[in-house]
Amino acid sequence: MLDRLITPFAAGPMEQFEIFPIVPLSLGGLDISLTNSAVWMLIGSGAIIAFFFMATRRAGLIPNRVQSTAEVLYEFVSDLVRDTIGTEGRKFFPYVFTLFLWILIANLFGLIPSLPGTPAATHVFTTTSHLIVTLSLALLTIFIVLVYGLWKNGAKFFKLFAPSGVPIWLMPVLVPVEVISFLSRPLSLAIRLFANMFAGHVILKLFAGFIVSLLGAGGAFMVFGIAPLLGAIAVTALEFLVAALQAYIFAILTCIYLRDAAHAADH
Amino acid sequence: MEAEAAKFIGAGLASLPLAGAGVGLGLIFGNFLSGAFRNPSAAAQNQPTMLLAFALTEFTGLLGFTIAMIILYAF
Repeated sequence: MLDRLITPFAAGPMEQFEIFPIVPLSLGGLDISLTNSAVWMLIGSGAIIAFFFMATRRAGLIPNRVQSTAEVLYEFVSDLVRDTIGTEGRKFFPYVFTLFLWILIANLFGLIPSLPGTPAATHVFTTTSHLIVTLSLALLTIFIVLVYGLWKNGAKFFKLFAPSGVPIWLMPVLVPVEVISFLSRPLSLAIRLFANMFAGHVILKLFAGFIVSLLGAGGAFMVFGIAPLLGAIAVTALEFLVAALQAYIFAILTCIYLRDAAHAADH
Repeated sequence: MEAEAAKFIGAGLASLPLAGAGVGLGLIFGNFLSGAFRNPSAAAQNQPTMLLAFALTEFTGLLGFTIAMIILYAF
């Protein structure tokens, strides 16, 4: 009995991030297999669509429980966009809302525990714990910021790197600093989300590993297993906070960067 | 010194940013609380800024963690 409980968790803390194909596909030598990462992205997107379909199916003046949850989420992001970018930020609301929900659901679904003893293909996978996923989202954001900034301000967009009211002798120092700071935005956006998810799941797995090895030691040592168990519970609670907070941070930083792009000429 | 040993020492040194992140987070939450106790009515509207500062500071520690992971597993 104990063996069956232990075996699935005996794997190291890094195995949970392994990507493997579930449906192998290839297109002209390019590997486009349906991986466990892609499956969990589809599950997350599907859950969001199903939730909003349910919420708006019988929308009424007096909202039911599902509808008011959807309305709370909508108003939360709507207020965020309006307070940060202003009224001209309305056109970015769909993008920010999608980004927020997708990251929130990906983070939260990653916290669902996997059943012990099941094959690895059915294990829960946190899509945002891979740098390439978060970097794609961050690059998309920066791409939108660049295109919108250049379209709205033209060449004046580059005033973002040379704020007005700064003495001219400071420019040779300030402009490279501003350029580097702008270039590091996608990196910092991506690494923040990735490292939070990655570190959280490694810590959870390490605590789980402590419990298992203390149980495996047998005798009086099994009593000490209660300490890492409490630790694992506390970290799980913290991870729920981090999952929601990181989605919020990603959304608010996207809004701040878009505001910078919108008002670049006023600098 | 063996390369393997140097790798582990390097990974250990790369966790030093945790000290800086700890000091920074303590300053942020401490200053936010002292401000919030002085003027509780203004606390709620400054919460997003506090959370933003929290995320920006936390990034320093996480960057150290990422470097440690790169040293341990990528080389």
